[in-house]
Amino acid sequence: MAITRQDVEKVALLARLQLSEAELATMSEQLAEIVGYVDHLAQVNTDGVEPMAHAIERSNVFRDDCVVESLPREEALAGAPHHDERGYLVPAVLGD
Amino acid sequence: MSILQRTACELVGSLRRGELSSAELTQACLDRIRAVDGQVGAFLRVDEQRALEQAEAIDQRRAKKQALGPLAGLPVAVKDVLCERGELTTCASRMLADFRPPYDSTVVAKLKAADAVLLGRTNMDEFAMGGSTENSAFQVTHNPWDLARTPGGSSGGSAACIAAGMTPLAIGTDTGGSIRQPAGLCGVVGMKPTYGRVSRYGLVAFASSLDQVGPMTHSVEDAALLVEVIAGHDPRDSTSLDEPVPQYSATVNEPLAGLRIGFAKEHFAEGLDAEVDQAVRAALEEYESLGAKVEEISLPHGKHGVATYYVIAPSEASSNLARYDGAHYGYRTDEQEMLIELAAQRKQLQAAGDQRGLDNLDSALVRMYRRTRAEGFGPEVKRRIMLGTYSLSAGYYDAYYLKALKVRRQIRQDYDRAFEKVDLIAGPITASPAFKLGEMTDDPLAMYLVDLYTVSANLAGIPGLCLPCGFTKAGLPIGLQLQARALDEERLLRGARMYEQATDWHKKRAPL
Repeated sequence: MAITRQDVEKVALLARLQLSEAELATMSEQLAEIVGYVDHLAQVNTDGVEPMAHAIERSNVFRDDCVVESLPREEALAGAPHHDERGYLVPAVLGD
Repeated sequence: MSILQRTACELVGSLRRGELSSAELTQACLDRIRAVDGQVGAFLRVDEQRALEQAEAIDQRRAKKQALGPLAGLPVAVKDVLCERGELTTCASRMLADFRPPYDSTVVAKLKAADAVLLGRTNMDEFAMGGSTENSAFQVTHNPWDLARTPGGSSGGSAACIAAGMTPLAIGTDTGGSIRQPAGLCGVVGMKPTYGRVSRYGLVAFASSLDQVGPMTHSVEDAALLVEVIAGHDPRDSTSLDEPVPQYSATVNEPLAGLRIGFAKEHFAEGLDAEVDQAVRAALEEYESLGAKVEEISLPHGKHGVATYYVIAPSEASSNLARYDGAHYGYRTDEQEMLIELAAQRKQLQAAGDQRGLDNLDSALVRMYRRTRAEGFGPEVKRRIMLGTYSLSAGYYDAYYLKALKVRRQIRQDYDRAFEKVDLIAGPITASPAFKLGEMTDDPLAMYLVDLYTVSANLAGIPGLCLPCGFTKAGLPIGLQLQARALDEERLLRGARMYEQATDWHKKRAPL
């Protein structure tokens, strides 16, 4: 499956990565090579084989539904690049 | 023999008998670090004062005959990927260069509870992505056996600090071989436990179904001691196994009668360095002389391991690393510059009457995400995020991610079949010994292929261990990998120890 520059730009947006011109060019080449290599998996006969997402399959690992302490607000904000003591501050989501 | 050449188990004995104080031992490590780490670059940070304070506190408790943990007074180096409350945890990335977690990882908490002396943080490939430690955003680590070569990765710093005698114990992490491969390239012991054997709470996640924390040491006996301390069920890690931890350190020196060892015929194919082939075959013969039965087995899907891994791991990574967006912690791009750039682009598009361009313009927030991540992540991390995002995106999910998960099950089934006939699988850890720094930086795919022998254990969730089994004519270490059934660490350690006790490789130290 050939990877076009457009594919790479689209994936970069999905991944929230800004790539420079040079990076786009290199990334397109390298991804094409790597994807070309993993493409051979298509030839492996996996008829009747269930996907295995987890090596050691456990399910329904629950804890009791009781209230426990969570991280105090100031600790949660301690590493924030920009905050107002109440919450995290980020640039506008919509508009300006 | 200088104290730094001794194993952790020997040192524990001396500490208990009062022949040596933890302060003396810790000072010896710090002196050694000061003497050679300038050349090796294993440590990102060493906290001399804190380490000595910890050591002295333990010496005082020992003098008062107070109860002490199993690692009491032993210095341990920790790969900079495990959280410790209030301390820097950088993952060797600019993204987390100033990050101080608000909590202790379970592994670090257990090390503290065991009274270990936390020496410092070791260098690694950024976010554990790499096989040479060259992807660190901060510094290069050199292989103590040949400073022009890599120590392997991503736990290269931890491997190098053991190999150079800077610490008796180190902690690494292994997602596709990142403990075992550097252990092999640095001539030390490294073990990846069964998936879920050690808690991942507080381990900065790379690939959640593959990551495991494990010991890096001078000997298998030391590995048994350390893994016993860090293993165990953790209710805060829902993937951790609710199984009791056997007393590995109590049984590790007991040889196994009737041991059946398998070697995969696929592991001895073209591409395997002749000296590695010879050393590994000699190891198999040594096992036979120790009374083990050695037979050929087959792992037919192993050849798809690298492809399978390089779909699954980047896919999981793309999800795990989505949290690094500059919003809550870690690096954030310069907002002023970003807003200026946005305003300039908008003005340009308005002037050109380009309504479509204006509609497609990244909002301020999206721009913050994209720039933060572009500036905070190195090239390998970006590559893997891109690969993962691609594999999981609509239209490709079935062909790549889902397909890889099916082959993953087939890889696991191969092991299940093999373990019906044998108890341990022995083979090479890498096709060649340590490669030169810079040799593969322009060829990411070549770097990925180095993982050929190690990824399958992560995909299958089984434990693996690497220990030294020889040296090339050029003096580079050669590693032997042993793999076992899930939760069979005891047999893995005892089997490895049998070989270790019959040979001298583990006693050799890098001439640094």
